[in-house]
Amino acid sequence: MTGDSALSRWATFGPALVLMLALGLLPLANLVYTSFHTVTWSGGKPTFTPAGLSHYLALPSDPLLRAGFRNTIVFAIGAVGGQMLLGFALALLCSRVTRGRVIYRALFILPILIPGIVIGAIWKLMLNFDFGLVNQITDLAGLEPRNWLGDKETALASVIVVDIWHWTPFCFLLLLAGLESLPQDPYEAAKIDGATWWQELRYITLPLMAPAILVTFAFRLVIAFKVFDEIYLLTGGGPVTATEVLSFTLYQRFFTEDRAGYGSAMAIAIIFFCSLLLIAALSVRRRSETAG
Amino acid sequence: MRRLSNRAFTHAALVGVGTAILVPVIWVIAAGFRTQISLLTGEFLFTPVMSNFAEVLFSKTSDFLVNYRNSLIVGGASTVLCLTIATLAAWSLARLDWPRWIVHVFLGWALLFQMLPPLALASAWYTMARSVGLENSFAGLILAHTVLNLPMALWLMGVFVREVPLELEEAARIDGASTAVLLRHIVLPLVAPGLAACAILTFVFSWNEFAVALNLTMKQTATVPVAIAKFAQDFEIRYTQMAAAAALSILPALVLLLIGQRFIVRGLTQGAIK
Repeated sequence: MTGDSALSRWATFGPALVLMLALGLLPLANLVYTSFHTVTWSGGKPTFTPAGLSHYLALPSDPLLRAGFRNTIVFAIGAVGGQMLLGFALALLCSRVTRGRVIYRALFILPILIPGIVIGAIWKLMLNFDFGLVNQITDLAGLEPRNWLGDKETALASVIVVDIWHWTPFCFLLLLAGLESLPQDPYEAAKIDGATWWQELRYITLPLMAPAILVTFAFRLVIAFKVFDEIYLLTGGGPVTATEVLSFTLYQRFFTEDRAGYGSAMAIAIIFFCSLLLIAALSVRRRSETAG
Repeated sequence: MRRLSNRAFTHAALVGVGTAILVPVIWVIAAGFRTQISLLTGEFLFTPVMSNFAEVLFSKTSDFLVNYRNSLIVGGASTVLCLTIATLAAWSLARLDWPRWIVHVFLGWALLFQMLPPLALASAWYTMARSVGLENSFAGLILAHTVLNLPMALWLMGVFVREVPLELEEAARIDGASTAVLLRHIVLPLVAPGLAACAILTFVFSWNEFAVALNLTMKQTATVPVAIAKFAQDFEIRYTQMAAAAALSILPALVLLLIGQRFIVRGLTQGAIK
């Protein structure tokens, strides 16, 4: 390498490194430190009192956290499962179309670009008991109007449906890109052998698409675990704890109740859980790649 | 004959889904043009009024224009900053001889960082911004959005810089080009389409971001999502104005969708297949 290589190496990589350390690693270290202390504020200055492991030990018996954890799991499985199935079906349909594909795709991107908080606002109006379009439609169908977001029977399901509306297009887009990049030879061979479309799907498309499906699934699962914006306006976690999710529990304990020490312990626990998910997803992917 | 009905079914299904996507958006935009009574009675045909938009944009109690400007500033500045830093770093990691472990540890950390709930970091950022006196300025939020989008930008730009032919860069080196000249005249023009894709996504994600902005802004620096959330909570029954505010806030996304669909598709899909 030339003489200026050390300088140009640091000039190009340095800013990213500094930013990721100062605003990425430092806050994390700060969280870890705070999680072992109880923070009290007096006269605008924080006082850190050592608390040992007590915050971590208190986590499992926190009723709000238990509700948040349970709902987040139900939400993530329901929403991401629905999005993957719908998205894959749509991608299969769209890949068979030649005319109008660009228009369909433009249409399907729209929800990804709308702010989560606005999606919350849109669906809060759509699901309104008195004038919402959803109740107008169920009324036409001869059904009783329902208080979709205010009833704890339907609140979580409504939130899941809104999330499916929001993110199915994203799954569709990634899976369509995967379908478009598949080799054509196996399909021609299958056609010659007289395979049915089900056999094609089962024995060619699904195995070849496994990596793309897995990446999309992992990607979505991570975002589903962070869900906050939509629910903030839709239900605010209610009624009672029917739609309480992890981000909400964190927000409430950390900011609303101003318990920085306990909130930090919760944040670290959530981060730890997310890392486990990530490692699991990566190792499954690696195994499927070496097997395929 | 069977082929024809097959195709008709495919299009019918796709049009059905398209309708399901469009109807809520159109219904809400339309609600922005209704009077409160017209919305509550649910009449299908209505005379459009501009009063909701006028109220949201120009009334004394509304800061929506200020919020709009704030979002443009934060989105614009963090996009420029994020793309510059990410492109330089992505090129550096791909082309300069960094030890492998540095590359792996750094990109691994970026991937993990991407997974953290932003709320978990917001409090630490707030404390840091406060200790240097940036808690109510744009700088804090711009830096926060830059670092939030950095992993995605690093990933995407990594894909694009590796597509630049190595022979071109080597030829330029042999001709005595410095790193700065090489980046400016060889790499930059070739990754420009990738930059466009990445820029649109970074801007949109910054425009949409709510959890961190909620905690790092005050009244004068609040961005559009923060303003909408506050509006919806303070005036829960002003439905038509809420609809108008929602319609105004998706305007940039609609414009970007119309002019940059190709780039958005490229940006969103590029990471997954490579």
